[in-house]
Parts: sequence; structure tokens; C-alpha cells
Amino acid sequence: MTRKSRRLTLIGVALGIVAFAAALALYALSDSIVFFYGPSELLQKNPAAGSHLRIGGLVKMGSLVKSEGEKAAFTITDNVNNIAVSYQGLLPDLFREGQGVVAEGVLEAPGQFRADTVLAKHDERYMPREVVDALKKQGRWQEGEAKP
Amino acid sequence: MIVEIGHYALTLALALALVQAIVPLWGTLRGDEGLASVGQSCALGQFAAIALSFGALVEAHLASDFSVLNVVENSHSAVPAIYKISGVWGNHEGSMLLWVLILAFFGALVAALGRGLPPILRANVLAVQGLISSAFLAFILMTSNPFARLSPAPFEGRDLNPVLQDLGLAIHPPLLYLGYVGFSIVFSFAAAALIEGRIDAAWARFVRPFALVAWCFLTLGIAMGSYWAYYTLGWGGFWFWDPVENASLMPWLAGTAFVHSVAVMEKRDALKVWTIFLAILAFSFSLLGTFLVRSGVLTSVHAFASDPSRGVFILAILAFFIGGALALFAWRAPLLKRGGLFAPISREGALVLNNLLLTTTCVGVLIGTLYPLALEQLTGEKITVGAPFFNMTCGALLLLLCFVVPFGQSLAWKRGDLLGVAQRLSLALAVGLCVCVALFALLRGGPVLAPIAAGLAVYIILGSLNEIFARVWRRGAPFGLLLSRARGLPLSAWGSALAHIGVGLTLMGLAATAFGAETIATMRVGEPQTVGPYEVTFQTLGSRAGPNYSEVVAKAEIRSGGTLVATVDPAKRFFPARQSSTTQAGIATLWLGQLYISLGDQAGDSAVAARLYWKPLVTLIWLGACVMAFGGALSLADRRLRIGAPAPARTAPAQSMAAAER
Repeated sequence: MTRKSRRLTLIGVALGIVAFAAALALYALSDSIVFFYGPSELLQKNPAAGSHLRIGGLVKMGSLVKSEGEKAAFTITDNVNNIAVSYQGLLPDLFREGQGVVAEGVLEAPGQFRADTVLAKHDERYMPREVVDALKKQGRWQEGEAKP
Repeated sequence: MIVEIGHYALTLALALALVQAIVPLWGTLRGDEGLASVGQSCALGQFAAIALSFGALVEAHLASDFSVLNVVENSHSAVPAIYKISGVWGNHEGSMLLWVLILAFFGALVAALGRGLPPILRANVLAVQGLISSAFLAFILMTSNPFARLSPAPFEGRDLNPVLQDLGLAIHPPLLYLGYVGFSIVFSFAAAALIEGRIDAAWARFVRPFALVAWCFLTLGIAMGSYWAYYTLGWGGFWFWDPVENASLMPWLAGTAFVHSVAVMEKRDALKVWTIFLAILAFSFSLLGTFLVRSGVLTSVHAFASDPSRGVFILAILAFFIGGALALFAWRAPLLKRGGLFAPISREGALVLNNLLLTTTCVGVLIGTLYPLALEQLTGEKITVGAPFFNMTCGALLLLLCFVVPFGQSLAWKRGDLLGVAQRLSLALAVGLCVCVALFALLRGGPVLAPIAAGLAVYIILGSLNEIFARVWRRGAPFGLLLSRARGLPLSAWGSALAHIGVGLTLMGLAATAFGAETIATMRVGEPQTVGPYEVTFQTLGSRAGPNYSEVVAKAEIRSGGTLVATVDPAKRFFPARQSSTTQAGIATLWLGQLYISLGDQAGDSAVAARLYWKPLVTLIWLGACVMAFGGALSLADRRLRIGAPAPARTAPAQSMAAAER
């Protein structure tokens, strides 16, 4: 084999792998992107029932109801609009009413969300950034509010 | 006073780093040996200064000096001493200080051990290393001074984040940084080679030990971080494809590719330009990781309170080093001489394939990590790219790679015999295939990747053992001879076989996750609950007080068919200083699997919500990583690779001639 044909083999193999990877990546991207919405945004965008989403906002005061079998129901709010969330499983250590939360799961019907995962803020200095942005959009956030 | 000394030492280190960056380069340009060798004392001095500065910060934390802002924000007088020390790097400022400490450590290592290096190469390496140091020291001094004072000093600190009050914090960041930052030396070597416009197999021999050290530590650091997340977060997950984790995976993938391609370069003098490119890539990903974690573009446990000016500063450093190195590469790489030839079917060819697959995987991870950030900047849409994306792209590519690994190991250099190798590997292939088919039949309609991964894992382990076996075994040879043949194999051969076995073990652990069991239940004291092959019973549920927390703790008995196999005490801790709580999972290691119990909220006096997991073979994930790192360390111990090892015989006449001329 000459140097040229060797190089062509190499380039051929490299292109093959890159094309394979690109195809995989595009296919996977079209399938596994999860959008994030705040409650108001969700109402406005109105995605189809059954879409996989992440919802963020504050846990509405007094909305948390726990029932048998580790089921929990609560409301995520941006103090303008609300969305009801149901969840089966253990809520994270830092989950509190009145504090920031991000829920990932499936929109079952407009305004009704079933969460597979619930993430709460990690400590008092950390607020999910998406939640802050969603609250800012509603004008419900003052800078420095989260800091003690 | 000690704090001021620390601050002063840090400033001094910046001055030394600047001298180290400029003077040796000037010296090599003018051909002045005296100037060129200034870098060595600078590198040693810089390391001493940063070590002093780091020591001062540790002392401030140990003494709970609450006039220092960093101590106030991240410590508390009631925190145990070990967490006072580890709290030093449990925050942005301190962790950056650890970063430059390790950077300077590697520079000092080159200065102290690099006697065998050609003087010009050494001077240039130290200059580039000095340049990186200067940038990061300036960053610390200008935007994140760990020695800032607070007046008036409060009486008590705000406590270390409870999630970080764990032995994991003492181990994980230093290991990870040794890996991350270790690639800076590889980068400096690459840049030095480009500056000089000269590169040869000797270069590869010098740089390979550093790359291996960095790679081993990075492997251990990632594994440690993963295990820490696994036992501390209470979800039983060990990898979340979180951008910060990806940030450590990308340099690992690029570094793994580099460790392989540098072997080709050392042995066969081929793939020079590509190896240089990978060296730049590996450290660029380290820098990108630092940027992602430290700039505040991400939200995660790793992102400490951030300030936008820091992000811009790190972005500037990132752009300068990556852009500069790539420009240097574009300008100088064509000057490098072409290397040896090889047929596509050969060890070199297999390693090229390995490199292609690893770098493509790396790009896949990069896309998945940066795409959401880019999309948000461009359109304001917030998305996450979750596990399915990474499992599909990286999973497919890495499984393909795993299939090639034993072939690559068994192929001969220069021109290989594919059919012969396939025959040699037939046993491993057959067993692997059987495992895969059996698991498919067993799961029927379950996950697709798991049986394939398990089969491949068996095949890699057997293939690696087979490679060693084939090199040692001779028909009819007495045992003693076989033993001495085994001892005669170069350590690097043992090392690579072990590292690949480690890959197989990790893969096996990952595949076994598909066979686990999970139950979420309200556990009442005395009532048994089945999870996988075990029954768990909570014997007691009570509370107790720790040094700076109070906890609810359960005593859980784990039985298998009526016999007690283990007891664990899962707990939930509450830290009053930060008004936050953490989960202390109760983990029982049963053979290679683990039973994992984490507590939720208490429901009355004698009942508590709990998650119970049975995770078969899960420890293999991390044990495999340890085996990989051990394999790397073993090849590091190979005599040929030791820094300062005598040069190979064929260069000896040239040296004596040079001596005679003098």
C-alpha cells in the first residue's frame, strides 16, 4: 500500500465513525431533549399531554399532601399560575414548602403533572437557576432575596 | 499574621511564575543556557511559595480564624478537624488554591526530576507551565482571594455545607485535581515541542510517565466522586450525566486516547502530530471543565456562589490557552517530521481506531454538555439533555471500542494477522457471546444494552488474560520456566492487561445495574420488607446527637432466607447551623453487590419512609476503576519509562562521541 492509499483508508474509517456518531447523536437528541418551563410559561406554550418536561418554581405554601404508599401531591407556583404535581417516591431532604423546586416528569393533562424526579435546592445559597429565571420573568424575584 | 504571610507568598508565587514564563523562553531564543535554566529554580520556588500559602489557609481553617471571610463562610468551630482541613478546598477560593498548588507541584516535578531532559525542551516546558500558573494565580489574586479579611469578625462561622462534611471531600477533589491538572504538564510538553518544532520518540518517553500519573489519578478521582455521589445523595445513582461530571469525563476520554497514542509514538515513532493534538485537547478539556464548574454557568453541587467577573476571567484564560495552543499547532505542526508507516491491520491501526472512537465519544459528550447552554444563550429555551442521549451515543461508541480492545492488544506492531488473532481470541469471543445470549434469554424484552455489555465485559477480561497467557505459556514447559517467563514480561504488558481487565470489570458492574431491585416503602419497626433476594427489617428507630448535627437513625437487619447476613444503620442528619439535612445511606456490601437503604421522612414514632435497593455487582464499577488505575501505575513502574532512566543503547555512542569532542 502506498502512503496515499493508507491515508485514504484512515480518512475513510474516520469519516465512517464520525458519520455514525453524528447519526446517533442526532437521533438521540431528537428523542431525549427535555424542555424546562415555569408554570406561566407552561400555560402559554401549552405542550401536548404526554410530553416529557421539567417544571420549576416554588412549592406553594400548604399545598403538600402526603398519602400512603409514599405518594405526594403538591403545587408548583410562580405566584401567578399554578401546576399540580403528583409524585411517588421519597421527596429530597431539602424539599420544603415555599422553597424552590424542579420536577421532571410527564405532563398528563393541562395543569396536571406527574413527576418521576424531584430536585430541591441544595443549600440556602443555591436556588435552581431555572427557577430564579422563571420567577424573574414574572417579576416575582428581587435580587438577593434568597440570601439570608 | 499567618494569613498575611499566605497572601504575600501567593503574590510572590505570581512574580516567580511570571519570571518562569518569560525568562527561559527568552533564554532558549537567544541560546543563553544560563537564562534558560532559570525556570528550574523558579518552578521550585513557586511550588514552595504556593505550598506556604496553602498551609496558611489550612492553618486559618484549623484555628477557626473567623476574621477570614473564607473561614467564616465555610467552617464552624464545632466541625471535626478533618472537615476543617477538607473544608479548605470545599469552596471556590480554596479549591482554586489547591488547583494552582498541584499545577506548581507538577512544574516542580519536571524541574527536580527532569535531569535527563534535553535542556531546551525542559526550559520550554517550564516556561509554558509558568504561563499557565501566572494566569491562574492572577485569577485567584484578582477575583477570588482566599485570604480576604472580615471586620468585625463574627463569633461563629456559617458551617461547611453538610453535603460536603464527608470523607469524600477529603479525597475526591485532590485526586481529581491531580488528574485534571496533571494534563497541564502533557500540554506544556506539547507546546514546548511545537515551539521548538522538533519531536521524537524520546519526547514520548519523557511525557508518558506524566500522562500516566495524571490518567491514573483522574481515573481514581472520577471513580471516587461517583462513589461519593452514590452513597451520599441517597438516590443510589452513581452517574447522572451532570455537566460537571461530563466535564471530568471529557479530559479522561481525551487522556485515555493520549496514553494510547503516545505508546504508538514511543514504540513506532508514528502519529506524532495526532499525539500533540491530543495533548492539547486533553488539557483544553480540563480547562473547559474548570470554566464550566467555576464560572457559574451551571447550577450544581459543584458550582459555589459565583460572580460573573470570574466567569469572564476564566473564559479569557480558556480562550488564550486553547486558542494559543491550536494556533501554535496550526503554525508549527507541519514542520514536524512524518513518522513510521504501518498497515491498517496492525497494533498501530487498532490504536488509531481506539483514538478515533474515544475522541468521537468525547465530542458526543461535549455536544450533550454544551448544546443546552448554547441553545439557552441563542433562543432562551431551557432544555436538558438527559441520560438517554449519552447512553445512546457514548454507549454505542464505547461498546464498539470494547469489542476492539482485545484485538488491539493481540495484534502485532506494523503488520498484524487479523485471522490469527481472531483464532486466539475465539474462546473469549465464544464465552462472551454465550453470556450475552443467555442474559438476553433471561431478561427477554428487557434492556438491550445490558446483556451486550455483560457479554463484552466477559470477553474483554478473558481476552486480556488470554493475551498474557499466550505470551507466557509454552507447551510442555515446566512451571518454574513459566513463572520466570511471566516475571520476564515487561511491566507495561501486565499494566495494560490489568487496565483492560479493569475496563471489563467496570463494564460488568454497569451491566449488572439492569438486574437490581428497588422498593420504596413505609418501614414500620419489626415488619420485614423484601428487596431482591433479601429481607430487611428495621429493629429500632431512634435519634441521637453528633458533634454538629442531630440524626434519626434506624437499625436495619438484612436477612437471606432467615439467616442474618448484615446490619446497617441508615440515618438522616439535621444540621442546625445551616438548617439543612443530609441522608446517610446504610450500605451493606454482600459479595460484590450492595444493599442500599436510605431514609426519608419519619411517619410517626415507629415508622419511616425508606428506599431500599439491591444492587448486584455494583462495587465492580469502582473496583474496576481502581484496577485500571493500578494497571496504569504498573506500567508507570516499568523501568523503561522511569524519568531519568538511562537512554537506550543506540544513543550511547553518540553521547560518547560528544564527550570525546569536548
